[in-house]
Order: sequence, then structure tokens, then C-alpha cells
Amino acid sequence: MDFVARVYVTPKKAILDPQGKAVASSLQALGYDGVDDVRLGRYIELQLSGVAGSKAAENRVDEMCRRLLANDVIEDYRFDIEEKLEEQRA
Amino acid sequence: MTWGVIVFPGSNDDRDTRRVLADVMGAKVRMLWHKDTDLKGVDAIVLPGGFSYGDYLRAGAIARISPVMEEVSRFANAGGPVLGICNGFQVLCEAGLLPGALIRNSGLRFVCRDEPIEVANTATAFTASCSGGEVLRIPVKHGCGCYVLEKNRLEELEGRGGVAFRYADTAPNGSVNNIAGVCNERGNVVGLMPHPEHAVDPALGLVDGRVLFESAADWAVNGVAA
Repeated sequence: MDFVARVYVTPKKAILDPQGKAVASSLQALGYDGVDDVRLGRYIELQLSGVAGSKAAENRVDEMCRRLLANDVIEDYRFDIEEKLEEQRA
Repeated sequence: MTWGVIVFPGSNDDRDTRRVLADVMGAKVRMLWHKDTDLKGVDAIVLPGGFSYGDYLRAGAIARISPVMEEVSRFANAGGPVLGICNGFQVLCEAGLLPGALIRNSGLRFVCRDEPIEVANTATAFTASCSGGEVLRIPVKHGCGCYVLEKNRLEELEGRGGVAFRYADTAPNGSVNNIAGVCNERGNVVGLMPHPEHAVDPALGLVDGRVLFESAADWAVNGVAA
């Protein structure tokens, strides 16, 4: 089965995010009041093929996150997985 | 004593390191390619500064899965002296050989200047010849040198003397507790953001970095910190 996985990696709450802070103050400079906090992260899209099922895809992506895509010292991750329909395949 | 200097694609202080070790300090040096699976009998290892693999994903994240890193881990776990400088420090953190992580400088600027660096622990392979509290003048040059660690793990690190170096002035990068470098529990693996290899050759003005490499020579002979 083929899947698309969308992985979101964000800095942990307890960890300083200097880039997010800079973006927040830039938004304020543009006149957007009420932007209390900005956390800047990373979006990763994975195209998976030949996976047994959605549970297997989930396990595989979770392992990829732990081993490479996110650093658990500083980052949290979450992801969603969607089966690719016939017409979406290349 | 023979030093090994790891060369990742994108390392750029590898030859500076080789030059000071070989030409200024008179040691033997072997360059080790990131695809090597054999450390060629070296007695101590330096992971140099630079931008391994373009720092893609996170600084050090891709370098740490290089074939040579498996051997470096084995060497480190057997007590061999391993020094990570700047990008090399980031690689050692990503590899789990040192605690913590390095993120973008809090000021979002690349910093390049000489900094006073205090030796916080002399029981490591690279500080054994220093006196406690000694302040060394060593250059920093990095954009991703803000050391971070969660509070409970930071307390644990401080408690066991895991901080090897601190910025004597305000940290130029926002590092927690002014941490400039850390070591593992055994003291044989050390990582720091400042560049001791740029403070060895008297022709360049600073010489305080030399003591780190001299310490390791003693460690390699005696097996433990003096």
C-alpha cells in the first residue's frame, strides 16, 4: 500500500526559539497585534510505498522521526498518514 | 601519538586542525574520511568544525549516521579521547555521545570573535593539563552555538561536573548557564563551540588552545586524567 506522511517538527515548549521570537516581533512590527507567541518548526512530507498497512506505516514513520527527523532533546513531532488513492499515484 | 581527524563533506577546519597538530605541535596525524570503517590505529580523534552535509535537517544530524561514526562511538565507549569542535560538537550531541543540543544563536547572528573561556572541569581528556578556573582566550565562530538542555537534565549535568568549559563573559550565543563545552561521564569525550585549533600557532596570535591537545597526549599515555 502507498501512503503520504506529513510530519511536523516543532521546538519543545521549554526550549528557546529565537527564530520564532524574531518572526513574532516582525509580525508585531507589521501591525498584527495579539500574536502572543510564534514557534517555528519544520514540515516534512514523505511518500511511502510498499507498506503492509496503515499501522505499519505509522510505526515506520514514528521510528524515522525518533532516529533522524526530530531530535528529542529539543523538538517534538507529530504526523498524520493518509493512504494514496489510485489517481494520486504517479 | 597519532591523531585522527575526521573529514565529513563540508568540514572546513579539518586541515587547520591537521596543520597545527602536525606542523606546530609535531604530532602524527591521519585524516579519516567519513566513509572509512576503520580508524587506522589512531590514539585520539578530532571531529572538526565546518558544515557537514550542509547542516541539512539539523547541524550534525546527517554526519552522525556516517559509517565512520560507528567506529568513533566504539572508540569513545572504549575510553578513547574524542574532541568535537564546533560542528564536531554538534555531531557528538546528535550522536548521543554528549548530552544536549545546539540551536540557533539567541541573537540570530553569526558570532566571530575571541572569547575568554573558563575551564570548568579539569578531569577530562582535553583539560587534564589545565588548572581549575583557568581562563583561556579562544576564538568562536558559529551561528548555531546556543547550548540547550531540559532543566532536570541540566541539573544532572552540572551535578556530575559535565560542564567542561564556560564563557567567562556573557555567552555570545545565549547558551544556558554560559556553557561553552561539555564532557561525558568518563571525561574522554569533550565537545566545545570555541575553536582551540585556531589558538595554537603563535603566528596567529593566540596560543591558549594548545593545552587541550597537550592534555589529550597525556591522557592517551596514562589512560586517565592526571
